[in-house]
Amino acid sequence: MDVLTCIKRVPDTGSKIVLTEDRQSIDASNLGFTMSPHEECAIEAAVQLVEAHGGTARVLTLGPPAADEQLRTGLAMTADEATLLETDGAEWGPRATANAIADAVRAAEEEFDLLLFGNESADAANYQVGIRVAERLGLPVVAGIKSLEVEDGTAIAGREVSGGEEIYEVDLPAVVTVKEGINEPRYASMRAKMSARRQEVDRREPDAESGPGTFEKLRLEAPSDEDSAAEVLGEGPEAVPRIIEVLEEEVEVV
Amino acid sequence: MILGFVEWEAGEPLETSLQMLTLARDVADQTGTSLAAVAFGEEGAAVADHLGEYGVERVHHVADDRLTPYAPAAWGQALADLLEDHRPEAVLAPGTDRCQEVLAHVGATCDLPMAADCTAVEAGDAYEVTRHRWGGSLVEHARLEASTKLLSTAVHEVPIEPADVPTDPTVHTVEPTVDAEDLRVQVDRREESDVEGVPLGEARVVVGGGRGVGGPEDFDQLEELADLLDGALGSSRAAVNEGWRPHDDQIGLTGTKITPDIYIACGISGAVQHWVGCKGADTVLAINTDPEAAIMQKGEYAVVGDLHEIVPELNEALREREG
Repeated sequence: MDVLTCIKRVPDTGSKIVLTEDRQSIDASNLGFTMSPHEECAIEAAVQLVEAHGGTARVLTLGPPAADEQLRTGLAMTADEATLLETDGAEWGPRATANAIADAVRAAEEEFDLLLFGNESADAANYQVGIRVAERLGLPVVAGIKSLEVEDGTAIAGREVSGGEEIYEVDLPAVVTVKEGINEPRYASMRAKMSARRQEVDRREPDAESGPGTFEKLRLEAPSDEDSAAEVLGEGPEAVPRIIEVLEEEVEVV
Repeated sequence: MILGFVEWEAGEPLETSLQMLTLARDVADQTGTSLAAVAFGEEGAAVADHLGEYGVERVHHVADDRLTPYAPAAWGQALADLLEDHRPEAVLAPGTDRCQEVLAHVGATCDLPMAADCTAVEAGDAYEVTRHRWGGSLVEHARLEASTKLLSTAVHEVPIEPADVPTDPTVHTVEPTVDAEDLRVQVDRREESDVEGVPLGEARVVVGGGRGVGGPEDFDQLEELADLLDGALGSSRAAVNEGWRPHDDQIGLTGTKITPDIYIACGISGAVQHWVGCKGADTVLAINTDPEAAIMQKGEYAVVGDLHEIVPELNEALREREG
């Protein structure tokens, strides 16, 4: 089976987010980049399915030339092919992104059996790109999946709900958006990383087309850490009586 | 009309839906229009009895058996039908897995933009929405303009407020135009979890451990603390990545978002990834050797020291009280 996994390059944030002066993006000058955690699991799911059923795994991203780095992470995780829908670095909204990905799927040599996405990107978290791609291609889609198997051309997908799991059975071809926890993504070996570096990445220029209406970012804001000074109850085990006091009198849980 | 998508359980609207209705009523007031709701399933009409308190004037009840159990594209089509018939100014949905999914289907089928995880709306011809990025550690101000604006509300962000003047909503049955294609994805069956104890997302007390715990064995003392407080045990992404805890225990952006009365964070630095999962706690008490760790600043209480010394003493003290 042929599987396409769509990923997004995002800053690798630490404990505090700093914005650029124009408040249009995160100041990433001191940060590395990664892909959204859900998507690392999507790649793992794709390569596992291809290992079990044969076929090819392709990773795709829409982003700046530097997003090549995240594609190569996917290749090092043993994906076979990579496609970069290359932008000038400006942020694309969810509709334009979905339309460009759907067009790329139509133009691809493979006829994909399965398209995998993360449930939502770590940064913009619009919760819609996978679903829009599916609707545009006329494919069934199931979102927020934490277990996935394929048997005889049917995807058996589980979504976590309170107290259990809901199971969906969907005929392929289909789109599935996954959540972290569906599997444990592999660490790429040094050798795989080296060979991923030499692999060819298919580069294309996407069209930005997003239909009627607008949804555009005006500015970002980092919420100030209100009450940034926590009350120090003490040091070491001597603080235990104060902890008990908080549990008993303020939170009333003992 | 502003239309709110209400989820319910046992005939009563979910809290997340009431939060959404509070914001939806604010938008209706700003735009001088009425507030309506849509509810799916057998008891959807009974839910109407609870919605007058929140100023809902009209409840559209989607009562088609084919739409039970849950079928995301079909539910989206039912909403798309309502859009076509009533041309609401905006549709709001709570930011739950299902509603977020259904609203995205509406956005796709009607070719409309959608703003997810909103916390506030300034309604003019275009809406200026305030929404969450990075699980709420970053706020975005965005402009949303469309014939019908689609918005989901971030969960547990908008406090529930009843309307000043309660209403007596009328119920209208809706027959959606779903076809076989809309029903390709539908819940087939449900499998119960065999995990015992209080689910992390519902616990009143949560004890969390991170890299500072040092290894899988040392989570035993945290588990004991959680048990003594009738709480649940959680962990940071770092501890899960180390293989010390299963992913089901993970609190954070890509794990469970908790809302306990108190969260006791042990050996956790409080990176953005983790903080967005635990900031819903009423009180955060952090135990960490590093007084400069982010979580020691962001929470309400901090104890400086080694959790391996503090937690056993705390457990002992709690056991003595019980004994």
